[in-house]
Amino acid sequence: MLGYAVRRLLGAIPTLFLIITFAFFLMRVAPGGPFDRERTLEAKVLENLNRVFHLDKPVWEQYLYYLGNLARGDLGPSFIYRDFSVQQLLGNGLPVSIQLGGMALLVALLIGSVLGTIAALRQNSWVDYSVIAVATFGITVPNFVVAPLLSLIFGVWLSLLPAGGWNSPESMVLPVITLALPQVAIIARLIRGSMIEALRSDHVRTARAYGLPQRMIVIVHALRAACLPVISYLGPAAAALLTGSVVVETIFGLPGIGRYFVQGALNRDYTLVMGTVIIIAVFVVVFNLIVDLLYAALDPRVRYD
Amino acid sequence: MMKQNEERIFDIRDIRVTFDTPDGAVEAVRGVDMHVNAGETVAVVGESGSGKSQIMMAAMGLLATNGSVSGSVTYRGQELIGLPRAKLNKIRGAKVTMIFQEPMTSLDPLYTIERQICEPIRVHGGLSASQARKRALELLKLVHIPEPERRLKSYPHELSGGQRQRVMIAMALANDPDLLIADEPTTALDVTIQAEILGLLAELQKKLGMAILFITHDLGIVEAFADRVYVMQKGLVVETGSTEDIFQRPQKDYTKMLLAAEPEGHKPPVGNDQPVLLDARDMCVTFTIKGGFLSGPGYELKAVQNVGLTLRAGQTIGIVGESGSGKSTLGRALLQLLPSEGRVVYQGTPIQGFDRAAMRPYRRNLQMVFQDPYGSLSPRMTVGEIITEGLLVHEPGLSARERDRRATQALEEVGLDPSMRNRFPHEFSGGQRQRIAIARAVILKPTIIVLDEPTSALDRSVQKQIITLLRRIQESHNLSFIFISHDLAVVKALSDYAIVMRSGQVVEEGLTSEVFDNPQSDYTKDLMEAAFNLREVLNRQAAARV
Repeated sequence: MLGYAVRRLLGAIPTLFLIITFAFFLMRVAPGGPFDRERTLEAKVLENLNRVFHLDKPVWEQYLYYLGNLARGDLGPSFIYRDFSVQQLLGNGLPVSIQLGGMALLVALLIGSVLGTIAALRQNSWVDYSVIAVATFGITVPNFVVAPLLSLIFGVWLSLLPAGGWNSPESMVLPVITLALPQVAIIARLIRGSMIEALRSDHVRTARAYGLPQRMIVIVHALRAACLPVISYLGPAAAALLTGSVVVETIFGLPGIGRYFVQGALNRDYTLVMGTVIIIAVFVVVFNLIVDLLYAALDPRVRYD
Repeated sequence: MMKQNEERIFDIRDIRVTFDTPDGAVEAVRGVDMHVNAGETVAVVGESGSGKSQIMMAAMGLLATNGSVSGSVTYRGQELIGLPRAKLNKIRGAKVTMIFQEPMTSLDPLYTIERQICEPIRVHGGLSASQARKRALELLKLVHIPEPERRLKSYPHELSGGQRQRVMIAMALANDPDLLIADEPTTALDVTIQAEILGLLAELQKKLGMAILFITHDLGIVEAFADRVYVMQKGLVVETGSTEDIFQRPQKDYTKMLLAAEPEGHKPPVGNDQPVLLDARDMCVTFTIKGGFLSGPGYELKAVQNVGLTLRAGQTIGIVGESGSGKSTLGRALLQLLPSEGRVVYQGTPIQGFDRAAMRPYRRNLQMVFQDPYGSLSPRMTVGEIITEGLLVHEPGLSARERDRRATQALEEVGLDPSMRNRFPHEFSGGQRQRIAIARAVILKPTIIVLDEPTSALDRSVQKQIITLLRRIQESHNLSFIFISHDLAVVKALSDYAIVMRSGQVVEEGLTSEVFDNPQSDYTKDLMEAAFNLREVLNRQAAARV
């Protein structure tokens, strides 16, 4: 198992290399540059800037230079946020995004599994239909609607919770709910579906025929089987949640890294975009590996060697 | 086995089971009375859809959510229908236990054997973990599982089908039950394994004295195993009596039909003067289980090793063997449906190694019919489209009208009403679907049809009709068949030459009459006896234990 994990991580290196290369050249293909402004800079100033950031060299030379720095763990300076390196920006923002995403994921998993299980056990009853209705609502209403609504209702009108910011436990409630809501919905639906299937399976019938208590049947025999499809969804979902959400961070004014991706891309902040791409790619690779290892841990028929 | 003390322990009165389906309510069981006395063995026989399993599901509170039940089921005077789940759970799994048809899926794939046997022991007996483990070990020894200590740590997928059923039996016996309900427990198993499992059940019954209620479609088992029989048809008991009465003096037509539904007849061998259509030599099929870029070396599985056969015009070669013997693989390899080594000559042309394009002109002559009449017909095509699809490829010049005429002809030939050709497969029964699959092959006027377990998914009475149909088609078109089956009775009735396979190799071959009546190898002898003389096998097993 350990050997498998190491091999998988080694196998991820070429993948990451390809992603980095592709992203690097794609950025350069996009028209414009980091120092284009509505009022064009003086030619001399621009030339200086380009020289400082090595933008006067041919693209392939810039690429090699970037790779060289990357190999030493240097993500380079940000072109737009002067005085900050990309490491500093991501280093400050990532803990916030991970905290926010992690809590949202946990909340979504807990509530989603419980709702999905209840709906499956009460299939085609009003309980089931209400869960489905809430789930459909959660998936269809976009977070740029939910976020300001929550902020308005609980932050402004009722003054129960801070409408924005990231400085106290209370201030985390609304962003976490906003981020978790669609995930609750998706997980509830997934669990409901696989749970219904698991409850119909022959081995659950065996458990019932042997007079095992209902709680044991549901939790021990049905839920574990029902979790498997959810876990494969959780890999990419966790990577997406933990690397920040542009909308939620912007509306609640949170200092996470989600914003950097969009702002960096719009401003042609090459190094910042590259840094974000690398973080997201690493998260996706790592979480997919975790999913596969979890699979093996939960299902004895899955073996890696 | 003949131990009856007339004490009724299980009493079913006027039970009715209804399923609420999108097409309206379906009554699966329509008022059935049944009882089991202490220590006796009762068989419930019927074809699929007769409701025989649903009675027991209803009695044990295991109906699907859309099912409802009325009537009364008592266990030692205690009413089970409508009993609260907590009280029912005191009886099921303890006093009344069940084993099921599918030992593959009836155990939870995610937990060890130990955990699954211990769960009901601990729930009902209140034993500690170590006591339960000791009991589980005892039980595995009782059901003769080799290396019981090691097996406790195994997961279901690491066991063979027969071993899994033994584990189920161990679970069933854990709390010294009064009644064991066995729902087709050997249907998914090979005949020799079936004989072992039945022998085990008989032995355990003798040792422990519980009653057994055995649900089956297989009359051979009933005759060898049961004291008393209920014959069911369409949700009703049509006849009941002692096994001897039912088998020797059946009263009702349906019972007589069931008894007569064993495949019969035989096929005279073809002469050596008949032309050879297909000649295969030294066929080998090796599956390479691939090693990956990072997952180490792969290994090879020899599915078929050095098998040859010669098929003459009008001949039927039966290939028999248990699951995993390589018989289906051989059939596919002959038709070049999977890569193989060896030499296959079809009417003078070596076709071995032909790719799809090269094989296409020969495909119409070499047709195949599969086991599963549900999976092998496209659900989104009409029957007419399904059976004429091959004509589009092989006779593209035909007009639509001519194709339709051929479809009508083919359907009539397989005994289906041609006016049904605009319907979809799901509107047909299993037997009718298999007729459609045969029509699809016959319409191309092939010379050889490879039939891969074509009757295995069908009830005996339907099987018999399909056998008759195959015989008729063979005669009218002078067809040659390669008939692959684990069902020895069907092979005996249809083929004139038989090949017995085991682990990819030929164990024995010869004229059907010789192989079946005078088998030479020990394996073939065991196979024949388990299939045709189950009672003898069980008696011998019992005698060996005394």
